[in-house]
Amino acid sequence: MAEITYLEAIREALFEEMERDANVFCLGEDIAAYGGAFKVTEGLSKRFGEQRVIDTPISEVGIVGAAAGAAHMGMRPVVEMQFIDFVANAYDMLTNYVATARYRADLPCPMVVRGPSGGYVRGGPFHSQNPEAGFIHTPGLKVAYPATAEDAKGLLKSAIRDDDCVLFFEHKYLYRRIKGTMPAGDHVVPLGKARVAREGRDLSIITYAATLWKALEAADELERADGLSAEVVDLRTLSPLDDDAIQATTKKTNRVLIVHEDTRTGGIAGEITARINETCFAWLDAPVLRVTAHDVPLPYAPQLEDFVLPQTNDIVTAARVLAAY
Amino acid sequence: MATKKKGDPTVDAAQATATSGNGKSNPELDRELLRSMLLQRRFEERCAEAYALGKIGGFCHLYIGQEAVSTGTLSILRPDDYVITTYRDHGQALARGMSPRNVMAELFGRVDGVVRGKGGSMHLFDRNVNFLGGHGIVGAHVPIGTGVGFAIKYRGGDQVCICFMGESVVNTGAFHEALNMAGLWKLPVVYVIENNRYGMGTALERASAVHDIYERGASYNMPRAQCDGQDVFAVRAATQEAVDRARRDQLPTLLEVRTYRFMGHSMSDAVSGTYRTKAELDENMKRDPIMLLRMHMQEHGELTDEEIQRIDADLKAVVQDAWDFADKSPEPPIEALYEDVYVDTTSDSTAEPLAAD
Ligand SMILES: Cc1ncc(C[n+]2csc(CCOP(=O)(O)OP(=O)(O)O)c2C)c(N)n1
Ligand SMILES: [Mg+2]
Repeated sequence: MAEITYLEAIREALFEEMERDANVFCLGEDIAAYGGAFKVTEGLSKRFGEQRVIDTPISEVGIVGAAAGAAHMGMRPVVEMQFIDFVANAYDMLTNYVATARYRADLPCPMVVRGPSGGYVRGGPFHSQNPEAGFIHTPGLKVAYPATAEDAKGLLKSAIRDDDCVLFFEHKYLYRRIKGTMPAGDHVVPLGKARVAREGRDLSIITYAATLWKALEAADELERADGLSAEVVDLRTLSPLDDDAIQATTKKTNRVLIVHEDTRTGGIAGEITARINETCFAWLDAPVLRVTAHDVPLPYAPQLEDFVLPQTNDIVTAARVLAAY
Repeated sequence: MATKKKGDPTVDAAQATATSGNGKSNPELDRELLRSMLLQRRFEERCAEAYALGKIGGFCHLYIGQEAVSTGTLSILRPDDYVITTYRDHGQALARGMSPRNVMAELFGRVDGVVRGKGGSMHLFDRNVNFLGGHGIVGAHVPIGTGVGFAIKYRGGDQVCICFMGESVVNTGAFHEALNMAGLWKLPVVYVIENNRYGMGTALERASAVHDIYERGASYNMPRAQCDGQDVFAVRAATQEAVDRARRDQLPTLLEVRTYRFMGHSMSDAVSGTYRTKAELDENMKRDPIMLLRMHMQEHGELTDEEIQRIDADLKAVVQDAWDFADKSPEPPIEALYEDVYVDTTSDSTAEPLAAD
């Protein structure tokens, strides 16, 4: 089987799920005639027609809300945010309305809101964000954020089949830089299951999305330069979190570093640290450390952006502190 | 950069209708308008070059083809009036008198940029000329324009705020909320819709139930008008009426200006072929706003061929100077990172309220 990119993997998932289930339809800005800002949905409208691949006005509240209404009616909408930053416009719909629909009214909301996320592309403050924390904080929503092409496809298929609303973050830096070979057949990756991306003994790096690749690079460097064996865990799904995997790696290496591209204060690293404290305190040989973005809006200037976002070297440095503790 | 290519407004002749200058001749004003529009054009041609060279990164949206809108509207304003716009903001920034040097430095992500490299192309800002941005989130700046109008009226000022936006913005919730309040509270804001017929790859007719956008003003009990955006005189006349109404009667206006974008939506978008045809583009390029103004001036004996070449050479030098300045400007220091996140991390004292009296 030929390798395909992370972006093509997402496209494949959309094609296959629309093929499989006539209730699945896509809506978003410029997704049909234009093929999507990043061309994720290219060819989709030609294959499935304008009834099922719908160019919408720039109306994020409207399209997310309309998707929820359709989902109540038994459809399975997949909404694209042209950049995930704009999901802030639909925050009310998602957190007040969609997240509580089942709880307050027994209304199913099987929908996906997906879109390009993350930095490292000089996008500046409004085209680079990682707003996952606000949604993880909201009971009733699920959140996935794949790092590999295989997971991008498998997790999206799961998200579309899931009976709750899933926010599906796609890292735009990975779109065309990462490739993978798709397993044959109906390739589905379950939500809520992390993956050990690299086995190790001395310390654990828990991460997801674009920083997975930096963590793997850092692990190689630690092996080469320090003889340290770092385990790298890719969370894949952020809500629900895979507590078993987090505990297993903590109990194995006794030293944990959490890495994410989101800003520090209120980022998911804090939550994971708390869970480790609650469940694995006796196994820890060092305090849990984290490498995250700085607590500032993301600046445009290349030198500043590179400094704000986690880099491989930052991970190596923190891991050395952790190992030496 | 070679400029004597097809479509150069300083050499090609327009094949369509000329401008509506009312047969009047005002050489000094016309020359100012021409300089303003041609500066934007030459500046952005170099932006495209800088983008290809990697000097400008991220997302960059050119304004080429729409220059009569920025120049026409802003030439009516007083220095103490206010301007707010979208991410396609280079044209308005220059037409409002922002320094080409500091704008280019911002695009290059350098410390001498108008917001010290933190915002980039979509987020130009300069309080010295009451230019309130440059906004990357579609629709979000419209309520802010309304709030600027509110503050002006509250303090009894006679300034006006022009709030620019693309035609797609009218489909956002923020637009409706903001215009309803402006209509309700009778605020001195002119909402200028730059209708270039596409929001990225989606034609107006495929995104809005109403195709004559200015008619939406009816929903907000707001005076409204529509004008030709390639004709700088038509834009000026329509703006003058709206600005007078705002200044004198404290009433908002919804002004739809019909224009066309000659380039792709952003630097990564093909100029034509995906969602609009080459024939449509070519047809619209016959009404290059700079060409139309030049023809008007030549018909009225206001401009010789030598003069336009001299003006052009002069503006190219201005742009080259901006480029050189930006290129030499240092990258922002890491220490700048935390400045201005909160008021007590501000390193200078510029963060004062905006004046309105
Ligand atoms: C809330 C929000 N949704 C989507 C986008 C992505 N986006 C940027 S520009 C654009 C098209 C806007 O078109 P229009 O308002 O007509 O302005 P033009 O580009 O034609 O100047 C879109 C969809 C955005 N920046 N913000
Ligand atoms: Mg438009």
